[in-house]
Parts: sequence; C-alpha cells; structure tokens
Amino acid sequence: MSAPSTLRTPWLPKLVIAPSFILAFLFIYGLIAWNGYLSVSASRLLPNYEFAGFDHYASLLDNDRFRVAMINMGIFGGLFIAGSMALGLLLAILLDQKVRAEGVLRTVYLYPMAISFIVTGTAWKWILNPGLGLEHLVQQLGFTDFTFDWLVNPDKAIYCIAIAGVWQSAGFVMALFLAGLRGIDDSIIKAAQVDGASLPRIYWRIIIPTLRPVFFSTLMVVSHLAIKSFDLVMALTAGGPGYATDLPATFMYAMAFSRGQIGLGAASATVMLATVAAIVVPYLYSELRAKK
Amino acid sequence: MSSTQPRSFTFQRLLLWTVLALFAVYFLTPLYVMLSTSLKDMDQVRGGNLLALPHGLNFEAWAKAWGTACTGIECNGLKPFFMNSLMMVLPAVAVSTAIGAVNGYVLAKWTFRGSETMFAFLLFGVFMPLQVVLLPMSQVLGWMGLASSIWGLMLVHIVCGIPSTTLFFRNYYVGLPQELVKAAMLDGASFWQIFFRIVLPLSTPILVVTLIWQFTNVWNDFLFGVVFSGADSKPITVGLNNLANTSSTVKEYNVDMAAALIAALPTLFVYVVAGKYFVRGLTAGAVKG
Amino acid sequence: MGALSIRQVKKTYQGNVNILKGIDIEVEAGEFLILVGPSGCGKSTLLSMIAGLDTPTSGQIHIADRDVTYAPSKDRDIAMVFQSYALYPNMNVKQNIAFGLEMRKVPKGEREEIVARVAKMLQLEHLLDRKPGQLSGGQRQRVAMGRALARDPKLFLFDEPLSNLDAKLRVEMRAEIKLLHQRTKTTTVYVTHDQVEAMTLGDRIAVMKEGQVQQLGTPEDIYARPATRFVAEFIGSPAMNMIEAQRTADGQSVHAANASGIDLPLTETQRNALPKGHVELTYGLRPEDVSLADNGLPGVLTIIEPTGPETYATVDTGVGKLTIRIPGALRRSVGETVHLQWDAQKAHLFDAGTEMRLA
Repeated sequence: MSAPSTLRTPWLPKLVIAPSFILAFLFIYGLIAWNGYLSVSASRLLPNYEFAGFDHYASLLDNDRFRVAMINMGIFGGLFIAGSMALGLLLAILLDQKVRAEGVLRTVYLYPMAISFIVTGTAWKWILNPGLGLEHLVQQLGFTDFTFDWLVNPDKAIYCIAIAGVWQSAGFVMALFLAGLRGIDDSIIKAAQVDGASLPRIYWRIIIPTLRPVFFSTLMVVSHLAIKSFDLVMALTAGGPGYATDLPATFMYAMAFSRGQIGLGAASATVMLATVAAIVVPYLYSELRAKK
Repeated sequence: MSSTQPRSFTFQRLLLWTVLALFAVYFLTPLYVMLSTSLKDMDQVRGGNLLALPHGLNFEAWAKAWGTACTGIECNGLKPFFMNSLMMVLPAVAVSTAIGAVNGYVLAKWTFRGSETMFAFLLFGVFMPLQVVLLPMSQVLGWMGLASSIWGLMLVHIVCGIPSTTLFFRNYYVGLPQELVKAAMLDGASFWQIFFRIVLPLSTPILVVTLIWQFTNVWNDFLFGVVFSGADSKPITVGLNNLANTSSTVKEYNVDMAAALIAALPTLFVYVVAGKYFVRGLTAGAVKG
Repeated sequence: MGALSIRQVKKTYQGNVNILKGIDIEVEAGEFLILVGPSGCGKSTLLSMIAGLDTPTSGQIHIADRDVTYAPSKDRDIAMVFQSYALYPNMNVKQNIAFGLEMRKVPKGEREEIVARVAKMLQLEHLLDRKPGQLSGGQRQRVAMGRALARDPKLFLFDEPLSNLDAKLRVEMRAEIKLLHQRTKTTTVYVTHDQVEAMTLGDRIAVMKEGQVQQLGTPEDIYARPATRFVAEFIGSPAMNMIEAQRTADGQSVHAANASGIDLPLTETQRNALPKGHVELTYGLRPEDVSLADNGLPGVLTIIEPTGPETYATVDTGVGKLTIRIPGALRRSVGETVHLQWDAQKAHLFDAGTEMRLA
C-alpha cells in the first residue's frame, strides 16, 4: 500500500527519516568498512593505517586459540540452538493445552530472558562449582562417587555454557512459538478433528508445518544470540580454563582490548560478520520479498 | 487445542501438569539457589549444599554486595555501578524509543521509492554482531571526547537501539489501516498532526513492548559496558562481573549471589509488573525475527 | 462548467500497467454520480485522484473550475467516506466529527454548533461520547458520514461505504444516503460494485471496465439501452440472457448459432441496423421481457427460484438456458415443458466481436 502521494510538504517524511538513515549508514556500514580496513592494516596496540594485506586473516587460520574458538562456536552454537528451539517448542505445545495456570507458568519460563547473561553466568558458575555446587549436592544426597567438574574441565566446559544458555533462552523461544501457535486458525484444527485425526497427529502433520515461518524467524533470533555470546562466557568461564571455552566474540575482545592486537581483533570481527551475514542476509531478503 | 475433550482429571492432564511442573522447577531452581545462598553466611555455604535452606534471613551479604564488596581495585560495592546504569539507561531507552517511533511512522505510513530498501539496510543493524563496530566506535568516541564517559556509552546504546526500535514500530504501524492516514489528510491534518493526534495515541501496546525490550537490553548489556566505559562510568553488569571474578580475596559466594540479584532486580521487576503486556505485544506480531 | 471535471485522466503504474486509459466525465453541481464496475476496473483509483490521495499520470481534474490535479487533499475542499469508515479509534464520536474542523482552525464555539447540527441530522446525539469501538456497523457508517457532512465541502466522495454492512442494513443506509443528498444537494461521487446501489442512488452512472468508461448515462438509459454487452450483463439481476446468433450474408433472418432452425424475431429498425454481409451477433433479452405463453420457443423448466414478489425460472431451450422473471408465484414444476415468447422490440443486439450495441 503506497503512501498518499500528495502532501503539502512531500519532502517532510524523507527529511524526518534521513538523520536516522544517515546515522545508521555511518555507524553500521561506515564502521563495518572501517573495521574491515583495520583488519587489513598493520594495527597492533594502536591503529596503524599502513596496509598489511591479509596477514591477519592468514594468522587467524594458524592461530590455535581462534581455531578452538571456531570449533567451540560450532559445538556451543549447535547445542544452544537445538536445545533452545526444541525445549521452547515443547514448552509452547505443552502450554497451548489450555492449562489453567498458563499465565503463571509462562512468567516462570520466560523470566530468565529478563536477566543479564552476566547474572546467569554468575549464578550458574556457582551452581556448577565443582567443590560446593551441584557435585557437592549430589554427593551429599548419597552418591559419593559423583563428579561434576565439567566447568573446570577444558574438554567439557563448553557444555556448561550451553546448559546455562539454553536455560536462559528456552523461555523466549517458547514465547515466540506460542504466539505462532495462537495465530493458527482454529477452524483448520476443527476440520482435522472432524476428519478423525488424533491430537499428536494434528500437531505433527498440520500445526508444526504451519509454524514454518515462525520457526525460521525464531531460528534467526536464536542463531543471532548464539553468535553474539560474549557476556555468558565472560561470566561463566572467562574463556577458560585457559582458552578452552573461547568463542569468536571473546577472542575478538581479548585480541583487540587486552592483547594489543587490533588488526587481528578486527579480522576476527570480520569473520564473525561474514558468518552472521551468510545466514541473515538471505533470510532478510526472502522475508522482505514475501512481504511485498 | 484440546477444547473438545472434557476437562476431567484424566491421566493425560496429570502427565501434562507433572511435566510442566518439572520444567518450572528447572527454571526456578537457579533463582532459588541465588536467593538462598545470598541469605547465608559463608559457613553455611560451605557446610550445607546448594539446595539447603538458609538458617534465617541474613542480609549481610546483601549489604556487602551493595556497599563494600571489591570490584577490582575499589571496594565500594555495586552502588556506584547501579547509579551509573540508572543514569545511562533511562535517557538511552527514552531517546531510542522516540526516534524508533517516528522512523516506524515514516516507513510504515509514508512509504516512498527506496523506503523499503532503507528499511532493509537499517534492519541489518539489528542482526549484525556488535564486535564488528567495537574498534571503530571507540575511535569515534575518542575523537568526540566521549571515550570513557557515560555519555559515550549512552550514545552508543541509542545509535545501536534505533534499528530495533524502528523495526518494532514499523511492523506495528503497518498494521494500522492506511485509511486512517488518508482520512486525516482529507480532514486537513499535517504530517506531525497525524502522528501526534492519531498514530501515537494508538501506539500504547508497542510502546510498552519497545520500552521493556530496550530497558532490558540496555540494562543487561555487558559488551558495550566493558569496552566503552571509563573508570567512573562502568554499568552494573561490568561491576557484577568484576565483583564475581576478583581473584584477590577468598571467594564469598553469598556476596556474589547477592550482587547478581541486585543487578537483576530492576529488569526482573519490570518483567513481573509489565511482562504480560510484553507477551501480548509479541503475540501481536511486534517482533517478527 | 460543472462542479467536477475529469479530463482525459490516465494512470499507469510501473511503466506497463494501465489502470486508467483516459477518463472524461463532467459532473454538474448537485449531481449524484455513480462509478460502478467490477474489481480492478479502476473506479477506486479514479476516486483517489479526485480526492487528492493519488495523482494522474496525465490529464486534469477540476473542482468548481479550479485545477486541482496536483493540489494536496486538504486544499480541495472535499470530504470522503471510506469503505472501512476510517474513524479515529482513540477519539469519541464528537471528536471524530470535529477533527476536520479543528484542523481547519474553526473556533470552538462554531465547532460545537456544527457537530450538534450534524448529530441531529444523523440521529447521533446519544452516541457523541462513545468511541468507534463501541458502535455498531450502521452507527459507524453514520459517524463517517457525519464527519464528511460537518466539513460542508464542495464535493462528497464515497468509496463503497455499504460493502461492510449486512443486507438489511445496506438497504436502510442506502435510503438514508439518498435522503441526505436530497437535503444537502452537495455534488457527490459514489463508488460501488453493487449495481442495485448504482441504479437506486445515481442521477447518472458511469459503468467502468478495465480502466475505461463503457457508458455514462442515467439509470434509465443504461438499463433500457446498454451501450455494450458488458453494461447489459452488468446491470440488471438476474443478468440479461445472451444468445449467440448469426445472420448469413444472404439471409433475411437471424438464427441462433447453435440451432440454425430457430429464428430470432427482429423488428424492421433492428434489421436495418445490421451491417451488410455475414454478421455474428449476440441477441440479448432481459428476463422480465420473456414470458410464458401457450406457444413459442419450447423448453424444459430446470430451476425455479421463488423470491416472494416474483419467481425466477431457468428454462432449457434449443438456443440455450434462458432465465425469465414471472410476477408472483409459478404454478409449474421442474421438468415441465413450457413455451417462451417475447416482443422483438425488447431485444438488444450486440456485435459479437466488438461487443458494441447494434440496435
């Protein structure tokens, strides 16, 4: 629906949106370009605008820490996304069953989204504390051989981050799916019931396929959260032990702001951008096309 | 969905309730742990276990977290950080929401050639990883003289909030009938009159959603806080992280938990009070990926 | 000069899509003009241009001798009632009606007077404090009209205002609109896709199809002498019966295309109106012009639809299925054989290719 094209001051809408657009352009694309330039410059502790080619990118490939970060991204990302989506969908379906305490339960499932990842990280760091946390609790319950030192175990620590992350985000996924479920036309369900379909079958064959658009937009949001994960890692493990739970986000921060390797940091940021863009841009493109 | 089944106490309902309750426990346990730990003294913490109830309500840890805990070199508790966050968040939320509303109004009701493309460009700002603007942004703030001040942090949050707020308002305003704008134009209203007299009064649901969303995101942000703030302008998330990770003294987990709760209280409060409006707004399609 | 002048207005979108292909209409002061046609014919687009919500690609629009083709809506002194009424949901009825006056800086005292007068005229006095969400469809419609009336404009525009009402309400509101026009005598342009509204409300009707005006005339003209096959089929319900026919080059009579043995009667005038040589034409008969008789075209009754005051019957004949209208009830049953007769003078002849009226 196009706007009424006659206005006494037809330039006004454009003027009003111009500042934001210019700001956005400068601060998003301008800075991205600048970051790109930094990544091919010889910057170390301070920006140095001498062109250095793709040295930093090359060294990223060799960098063991970055390699670990990328692998962790895959593990954590996969677990976090799969876990949040599955749990969120399950909760949404359960809550959709006309439960009387729905409001209360929804509040309970969703509240973790309201708190900072730092708070979550701090809390779960305590819960997963090898000496006094979960391990201690289970031992006190009688299972004296129980060990749960994943948090300080270089191979297992990344799973702890996934656990905390899913705890935080599943409720939000649930809210999005619930909204999608509620948006489904009742008459389709009734028609299926008249046709004799059982409830699980209705869910599997009709409702879940109808949720495809919601599924994809939720997937976008959750993937985005996964790639951005910085706060959670900093609070839970600070990238440790050593750099076993490093993620690209923490790697970038470490390089750029504590290790005096601005160029390298900028390069890692560009890699993160490329990863996000590869997923988001096609999705945005198809969405905006469809909305026409 | 199961509206045709009688609401009797069937086995299925029992199973449903059990599963829902178990999940509720799963989600509430960390909160309980935080609360109970914060009310113990360190002997109780070491003596008991995660789930043990505190022996009475001991608020010492809270007082310490607020006023005297160490966050690095200084030991003034979380109070200064709390104040920093407060001073920074409220204007940032207000300004980014206001700008988002006007932008959404233009993009939804006054489309022109290229406006959809503009929106698409703006939209990318919602999804991009912030790491990619960190370095250049600190340079820019440096030039503007805002490098380690609270104003710089506020500016960053405003600028980075605009894409999201614009998205929310634009999606909402697209749902308002275009005929309202046409009728108002025929009645002789100007661009701004239509906004303030008709569109804005109809914006309450999305205003609530946007304000809650922005407040939560800006208050809970850590990345910008840790990169762009100076010694005096660190927000509470940074303070909390420093407090919980100081390796100097003996670990006081009860203080850590109290501090975490203090940091979480404002957003939790907003959530409990206004949360249902937020969900209502989500249901109305405010956030569509 | 008329109150509204539309001259050679054309509208093209995206280079290729011709929404309006050249519209010329002159509307007299005080006249009630109807724009009627199927979806996509361009009537709403044309109305938008008259309203100032859209501009033509070429052509001009004059309101009361002023060229307003590119003037913004608020400078055109017009008021519009939208299909969805477009009442401001956050304001009550009183504020809705007064809004346009407020925008034009009419002083408060005068505003109150005007609102009171309009509310009285439309029986809205007891609803002034309610918000649109608390009103019924018919009440909202009246508020929308009240908002337009309050402005006392030179031109009223209606965009399918009755489409969202149920059948009974539609009939009531139609009468109210007609009464209102008789009282205020404001020039009105009314868009609808309903041909009954067109016939009952209009002083003149412009029947549109695919961006062009097929015929502009009074309801009687359009009904009795439709200029094209489209107009003939569009106006009148049940639709005119159309029989594909031909007259061979050397033949005297016209016979149905699918039944060469059956002659279709013609008057002398009609015969003379046919061009020379082989002619393919369409022979049109309005259902009320065909009656049951003892002899004539034989056929079998297949569907009988009693409506109360009359009955529609479909008869399967040698030339095809014909629908007829019979006053009162029909004391026959489905399957019976009947005979149909009609006066040749009542037939409408259209060229099969161009679809223009021949006679």
